[in-house]
Amino acid sequence: MPSNNIYNPYLMRIEKITDEAPGVKTFRLKFTNDAEREQFNFKAGQFGEYSVFGEGESTFCIASSPMRKEYVECTFRQAGRVTSALARREEGDVIGFRGPYGNIFPLEEWKGKNLLFIAGGIALPPMRCVIWNALDLRDWFKDITVVYGARSVADLVYKYELDEWGKRSDMRLTTTVDPGGENPQWTGKVGFVPKVLEELAPASSNTIAIVCGPPVMIKFTFPVLEKLGFTPETMYTTLENRMKCGVGKCGRCNVGPVYVCKDGPVFSYGELKKLPAEY
Amino acid sequence: MKSITHDNLLKLLAGLADEGKIVYAPVRKGQKVFFAPVQNMQPVVFDYIQTTESPKLVLFPRYEPLISFEYQGKEVKVDDPSAAAPAERVLFGSRPCDAMALKRLAEFFDRDIPDALIAGRQKALTVISMSCIKADADCFCTSTGSSPGDICGSDILLTPVENNGYAAEILTGKGASIADRCSSLFSEIPEIRKEQYLAKVEKAFSHEEVRKKLSHAFDHDIWNGASLRCIGCGACAFVCPMCSCFDIQEEGTAKKGSRVRCWDSCGFSLFTLHTSGHNPRHNQSERWRQRVMHKFSYQPEAAELTGCVGCGRCSRACPSDMNLKEQLQDIAANVETV
Amino acid sequence: MQALHQKVKELLESGKVQVVIGYGEGSGGKSRPVFIRSAADAAKLVWDDRCHQNLAVYINKPEIKKMGKAAIVAHPAAVRTIVQMIAEHQLSSGAIIVLAVENDTLEELTDNSSLEVYAQSHPVLFPPFVVKEIEDIAALSAAERFEFWQNELEKCFKCYACRAACPLCYCERCIVECNQPQWVSVPSHAQGNFEWHMNRAMHLAGRCVSCGSCTIACPAGIPIGLLTIEASRIARTEFGFEPGISCDASSAMSSFRNEDKETFIQ
Ligand SMILES: Cc1cc2nc3c(=O)[nH]c(=O)nc-3n(C[C@H](O)[C@H](O)[C@H](O)COP(=O)(O)OP(=O)(O)OC[C@H]3O[C@@H](n4cnc5c(N)ncnc54)[C@H](O)[C@@H]3O)c2cc1C
Ligand code: SF4
Ligand code: SF4
Ligand code: SF4
Ligand code: SF4
Ligand code: FES
Repeated sequence: MPSNNIYNPYLMRIEKITDEAPGVKTFRLKFTNDAEREQFNFKAGQFGEYSVFGEGESTFCIASSPMRKEYVECTFRQAGRVTSALARREEGDVIGFRGPYGNIFPLEEWKGKNLLFIAGGIALPPMRCVIWNALDLRDWFKDITVVYGARSVADLVYKYELDEWGKRSDMRLTTTVDPGGENPQWTGKVGFVPKVLEELAPASSNTIAIVCGPPVMIKFTFPVLEKLGFTPETMYTTLENRMKCGVGKCGRCNVGPVYVCKDGPVFSYGELKKLPAEY
Repeated sequence: MKSITHDNLLKLLAGLADEGKIVYAPVRKGQKVFFAPVQNMQPVVFDYIQTTESPKLVLFPRYEPLISFEYQGKEVKVDDPSAAAPAERVLFGSRPCDAMALKRLAEFFDRDIPDALIAGRQKALTVISMSCIKADADCFCTSTGSSPGDICGSDILLTPVENNGYAAEILTGKGASIADRCSSLFSEIPEIRKEQYLAKVEKAFSHEEVRKKLSHAFDHDIWNGASLRCIGCGACAFVCPMCSCFDIQEEGTAKKGSRVRCWDSCGFSLFTLHTSGHNPRHNQSERWRQRVMHKFSYQPEAAELTGCVGCGRCSRACPSDMNLKEQLQDIAANVETV
Repeated sequence: MQALHQKVKELLESGKVQVVIGYGEGSGGKSRPVFIRSAADAAKLVWDDRCHQNLAVYINKPEIKKMGKAAIVAHPAAVRTIVQMIAEHQLSSGAIIVLAVENDTLEELTDNSSLEVYAQSHPVLFPPFVVKEIEDIAALSAAERFEFWQNELEKCFKCYACRAACPLCYCERCIVECNQPQWVSVPSHAQGNFEWHMNRAMHLAGRCVSCGSCTIACPAGIPIGLLTIEASRIARTEFGFEPGISCDASSAMSSFRNEDKETFIQ
């Protein structure tokens, strides 16, 4: 942080704004202070507190790859006060950023394995960071598969990247929209993520599954994966408990003895099973 | 050992205030006793069992700016209040349980990622506590690791003895620096057994036993019955010397203002509410469980730190008579060991 | 008390209700709310001059509603609260059996008209300390009164026990928790406290039945009920609103009549 006050944010300039889907934007943020940028590092899975001065702070994961050090990206859905205020910002405006916070996806441990990413709706951003990270470290892993679903075609985020990923020969991408969410041009699948997954029936041997999405999707996806032979230790997800401080002080985000901000947000299904279901 | 007379104690405190230190002492406001900064010692009271509001406000105030900001065109200027050296403070009249609570509170804020604002105030704080010669039925310090004459967390501990005076234990360097500078106000007395003067607080339960039982009690039906009368206010958390939860809010105009932290409580229904409407703790029973679990299971598991010192304030403040001591005795008696 | 125990036993034994909200023996000689679910426990109920809390606050608590039909031990102010809750559509008529208690009398009220008759014939009597407080404050000059409230509100740390204890503060999202826009400044400094209590008083004007539960609940010892009692006095004397006596009354703050006076704005 700019000082030893953990609540004092970095000042970041909005370099680029991308409209992803109705109500969803991506900000590319640059440090206003070069020295701060130089010493800033993060890993896939971590998040930050983004703030509009005068409106408040909001928690989003860092959506860009840790290998691209010139900037930090976040993708957010306009929901309440802070996200609405963020949505009104323009390129060139200054916002606050605290982070990186939280634990990481253990990519090192996953060396030599297949990766299966399963994402629903607005939850692609946390995933995008680790997908790009895995692609940047492509020779660490065997097969990389991405299954991504959204309510409708309009709700898919990172459309330009989906195109790029679809064309790549070193990964497999399956996109799907909920029944009724398709349009005449749609060439992907139609159906809820767990169902599409059942059809695809990816192999579970030597594979890590990473699941991010709304609670209902996660609830129905883990059983499908278990049926396919995944064990609790090979399935990962991220939790989104309400947060304020991001550093284990404000007491808001705990699940049992664990603070999601400090000990999470990345958990294996095995770890989750040991915690009370308070999320 | 040292001792000090009542009159000299008042002189000592007045002297510290004159030196420019902020002296917090118990004063009566209406029917209740609060800690407040005092310049002269006339309003300071001594005849309380416990104050209503705890002294945690000397480390962790009701509200405080974390940063302040001002827009200058497209740019933003941010000021960091932790850059200024915190004022020297003296807390007088804290009970031994309070002093222990302040120590644990400071440790909590210092853990992993230190909170400089709290640490700064802790460094500049001297704690002059007063042993308890009276206790009431809500006190249970001896069940949570403290006791009416415990020295933990105090820089000086006074124990009322005969003849309107106090035995003074000088416990730390901070305490010694005051005692040395004002040595003429103290006198030397032969070592005393202070236990004879102290209140008796029976041990009501064992916190180790409660901790063991809670570790598998998340789904126990004890929570439903126990929390029925809890109305979900913040009284218990706000008077508690160890509750550390806070909210972060913006103050001021859209151009200029500050980001402020204010006390918050896990008992409030909106504490964990997501913008989407999802709430992991939907019912009061879940929120009451969080209160008990956090203090007696989660914190001890995570950091060997019981989140309660048994001061009894929450029981005295609760509009629905939830009575924490009774609830813990109930847990000790009725939750099975596995 | 005997009659109360007998009545509650009957109600639970006959299956007319599944739970009775009442007062029981608490810690340190205090009374506390209890929820009696079996006839055998009926004798745990107490009714005496320690029983001030307005138990109507529990009627709509989800955990209590889940238990089935309820009866409630209600002092005159709580009866008025229930009438007001029915008027504000927070409670449907006949949804709860009211065991109205005052001194040594017990009446069972099951429909709107009996509730109204009871409420109209049983004015809320303030405990003596509240009467004294009202008189003391009335005797102050405007400047002194302002100073009095400044000193009192300075003690408030915004624990919202006053709100939580009030059966008529039932909004799921209170105005202090709305952040778009932020109506009330959140920290418990002078301005934040002033805004909070003025808002609360305004929201309870013509609705506060003067039960005093908020004052009793306040851990800081602030006679906070005086503000809502005063707001209701204004609504009564200036606009003729008397809360808690009619099950189909309109509310003071949402009705406008051409003949409304504006003299209360001072
Ligand atoms: C680890 C983590 C990663 C996240 N990543 C993203 C992301 O990449 N993109 C995205 O769009 N959203 C993400 N969220 C959810 C996002 O934080 C909330 O939607 C957002 O804070 C709503 O804020 P608001 O101010 O607009 O809403 P308001 O209702 O005005 O919120 C008030 C306050 O409540 C808190 N809050 C409310 N809901 C949530 C929530 N679900 N999670 C955390 N805090 C909440 C915030 O602290 C906010 O300051 C993430 C949440 C977490 C915990
Ligand atoms: S929980 Fe209650 S008894 Fe324990 S320290 Fe807090 S206020 Fe005191
Ligand atoms: S979680 Fe609850 S009990 Fe624990 S410190 Fe926070 S407010 Fe207090
Ligand atoms: S235990 Fe008492 S003080 Fe705490 S939230 Fe419940 S009713 Fe309020
Ligand atoms: S109960 Fe008292 S301290 Fe709490 S918010 Fe109300 S007036 Fe303030
Ligand atoms: S967000 Fe504050 S403790 Fe986790």
